[in-house]
Amino acid sequence: MHTEADSIANPYVIHPATIVRKTQEAEDINTFRLQLVDEEVRRQFRFRAGQFNMVYLFGVGEAAISIVSDPDQPELLDHTIRAVGRITKAIAGLQPGEVLGVRGPFGQGWPLEEARGRDVVIVTGGLGCAPVVGAIEYIFRRRVQYGSVKILHGVKAPHDLLYRERFDAWRRSPDTEVTLTSDQPDKSWRYHIGVVTELFELVSIDPSKTIVLMCGPEIMMRLGVPILLRRGVPEKAVYVSLERHMECGIGLCGHCQMGPYFVCKDGPVMRYDRIETWLGRTGV
Amino acid sequence: MIFPPCTRRGEFVLWRDYLLENERRFVADDIHKILPVAHLQRLLDALSAKGYRIVGPTVHDGSVVWETIRVVADLPIGWRDHQEPARYRLEQTRSSEIFGVVHGPQSLKPFAFAPRESLLQIERTKDGFATHQMAAQPEKVAVIGARACDLAGLAIQDRIFLKDAYRDPYYAVRREGLFVIAVNCTRALSTCFCASMETGPRAKAGFDLALTEVDDRLLIDVGSEAGRQVLEGISLFPASEELIGEGATSIDACARSQVRRLDRARLPQALYDVHEHPRWDDVAGRCLACTNCTMVCPTCFCHTIEETPDLSHQQTARARLWDSCFTQEHGYIHGKNIRPTIKDRYRMWLTHKLASWIDQFGMSGCVGCGRCITWCPVGIDLTEELSVLLASSNRSSVAGRPVEGR
Amino acid sequence: MFNPDERQRPRLAVVKFASCDGCQLSILNLEEDLLALGRTLDIAYFPEASSDMRPGPYDIALVEGSITTAEDAHRILALRQQTKVLITIGACATAGGIQALRNWADVESFKRAVYPSPEYIQSLSTSTPISEHVHVDFELWGCPIDKGQLLRVITDLVVGVQPRLPADSVCLECKRRGNVCVLVAKGLPCLGPVTRTGCGAICPGMGRDCYGCFGPSEGARKGPGLPPNTTSLAGHFHSDLQLIPIEVMRRFRGINGAVSPFRAESDIWEKKP
Repeated sequence: MHTEADSIANPYVIHPATIVRKTQEAEDINTFRLQLVDEEVRRQFRFRAGQFNMVYLFGVGEAAISIVSDPDQPELLDHTIRAVGRITKAIAGLQPGEVLGVRGPFGQGWPLEEARGRDVVIVTGGLGCAPVVGAIEYIFRRRVQYGSVKILHGVKAPHDLLYRERFDAWRRSPDTEVTLTSDQPDKSWRYHIGVVTELFELVSIDPSKTIVLMCGPEIMMRLGVPILLRRGVPEKAVYVSLERHMECGIGLCGHCQMGPYFVCKDGPVMRYDRIETWLGRTGV
Repeated sequence: MIFPPCTRRGEFVLWRDYLLENERRFVADDIHKILPVAHLQRLLDALSAKGYRIVGPTVHDGSVVWETIRVVADLPIGWRDHQEPARYRLEQTRSSEIFGVVHGPQSLKPFAFAPRESLLQIERTKDGFATHQMAAQPEKVAVIGARACDLAGLAIQDRIFLKDAYRDPYYAVRREGLFVIAVNCTRALSTCFCASMETGPRAKAGFDLALTEVDDRLLIDVGSEAGRQVLEGISLFPASEELIGEGATSIDACARSQVRRLDRARLPQALYDVHEHPRWDDVAGRCLACTNCTMVCPTCFCHTIEETPDLSHQQTARARLWDSCFTQEHGYIHGKNIRPTIKDRYRMWLTHKLASWIDQFGMSGCVGCGRCITWCPVGIDLTEELSVLLASSNRSSVAGRPVEGR
Repeated sequence: MFNPDERQRPRLAVVKFASCDGCQLSILNLEEDLLALGRTLDIAYFPEASSDMRPGPYDIALVEGSITTAEDAHRILALRQQTKVLITIGACATAGGIQALRNWADVESFKRAVYPSPEYIQSLSTSTPISEHVHVDFELWGCPIDKGQLLRVITDLVVGVQPRLPADSVCLECKRRGNVCVLVAKGLPCLGPVTRTGCGAICPGMGRDCYGCFGPSEGARKGPGLPPNTTSLAGHFHSDLQLIPIEVMRRFRGINGAVSPFRAESDIWEKKP
């Protein structure tokens, strides 16, 4: 026997959001710009770069998707969604005007306040770079507030390279380096050859004023971060974005645990020194 | 009902400290009263008169399960349970003992964290969808026969669902109506190890009333104002020092008789350190990954959210169901499973329960009730697994760094 | 898989091979939901329900039964060619069924024992699941299937969503329902710990031990799951519940005895003295 709940705050409630724009980034990747339908909910919605929403498709379910748009414009929410699972594949077929659901924002974002005035090294690997794109765009919209920006991006094969135009645009910005690498290149590849961690040797880093943002496979973090540490970058200046199975987004359902942490509420962005112990462990 | 006073992140009060504090508050302040067993029905009637549905242990399918009761005769009078790894048997002793059965498969967990909880009902509308929040009908439920380990489990669940970053409204509604009459244990099962977890066998906090059965008399402790109010109008007799002493002696003897114990001294770090211990392979050979240990655990809180649309896709229901870290979906992210093997899953469960839980919530995730030992179909005993894992001769050299305090 | 805006309702066929018709009855037992199913889908071919049998192609085919004759082996190939989404329903179609016990026996001797003129019986020496003959898009386990699972899969297909059903153990649902474990409290050789959920734990709910009619909990097919630990459970049946080896063998060689994790376990216990 159930009745409608009273007004106590309910973190499970899903808010409808209209798709106002759909941008295809790659064959199976789209960015959906969402606008919350309820004006009051829209007015109150605030988020930080690197936080995520549980994006909901009616009758199917929810997926945790990071918000890649600017936190200063919280009335429009961009989510880059790769069609990999049953929910995201079904979402991929939606068009502007159709409605998704949003619950959030959840989690800890990138330390973009802390990074102000410092050099920023952004390391991304494979197809998992969507969560960090929001941070890069955030920095470029406030370019003068940051020191040099170095973007190191590795892909397996050239066709895995997304956001080609964005990389080109960033490359043209002042005091910015963009280095791309592929470890399975073809003849058309005109950038570096090898894995992304090899790029660490190529870039100049001033360890005293650098902050590192890293997103991609855990093996990249595990092998890559020690190289940065050897170059003098403090552990506390390295941040990584983690991925785990999430259902509730609020640290209750138990799925996203990584050692003592709940990736949904303690992460997904975590400082390296807190997570180092757990990163290399199987089954954690 | 009193909860452990851990409120803000980083300011946890250890469960043990909380017990000690409240032991003074309740046990010292309240004068023990006696309710003759023959008058127990008066207590049930008083609860009914206050609008409570009374739930107690009842004999069912070879064990006891929580069911609505009306009269004392509904309780498992004369029955005793015998528990050992993978084995549960009831025995009728022909005695008049009312609370001779220590416990069945379920603790207090299902009363507040329901095995299946409707969350939302969502219907399509012309501009998208409309969401209706579901909530359990508020109900006053009095549970009689909870044990100290069950209270400890409930306090841990309160900590998780009510006092973390988010307050769970579904849990809160069910929890609010709960009135708990605990029973102090005077007999330990072979699977019990609450004494080593410092959660029992005496109910020290988190109850409204607590009973100690001494022959044909019930010693009553009052644990809350609601408990005090229920006793108004029931004639109780003052307890003699001798009888109070007899009750305390039985409880102490119960603690001493426990044959299992869990060595918590070096937790959590010691368990983190043995992540690569060969014993994990050994236990994986026995573990069925069937989820039973997590289902009977008073503290396990994992759940999954299920979406059920109707055929026309005009209505859909969202519900949460008990889930388990032993299922293949639990650690699944696209393209890979974080914990594909039974070894990964058992290690996840034990390490979480006994180690990372302490970092997460400031207390152990184990209350020493022994249910996971009894109800494991192949009788895996976590106290034994832990002692082998932590035996110093077998210690692995994989050393982790201490987790940053939170 | 289908465009939900399509005016044309998806065409459904329900096709029978070697089986008892119990799974088809589960469809008829949908009661009110059967009417909704008829509104959502065009039931073009369902001989058990209607003599109005229209030819393919079909959008969805629900296939009941296993392949036990040469004729059926051809018939399933033809059906596959006419079908967009082929779903097996039940243990026979998905796993070979109880009739797959013949795979361990001499079918010719059965024929001679049962029929006065065995030469008229044309039967293969094995009973095999549909997936050994054609590509199967989705499998529904159970003897019979659970009608809620069937509706759920069709609901997903109609709106173009990849169906998914849990592969948890029966125990998970059994405990959610508050049943007392028959293995621990009664010493019954329950297969629930290694069997796939979906039935609602009905046998343990009635005090009976699960006999695995939904097949192995995970790892029966390619995918992320690993085979369930039948070795440990079988060992417990033998050493703690006192089952002799042939009894252990028979626990695993039942309705889903031909599926790899159960088949392998039964073969091991068949060889034990």
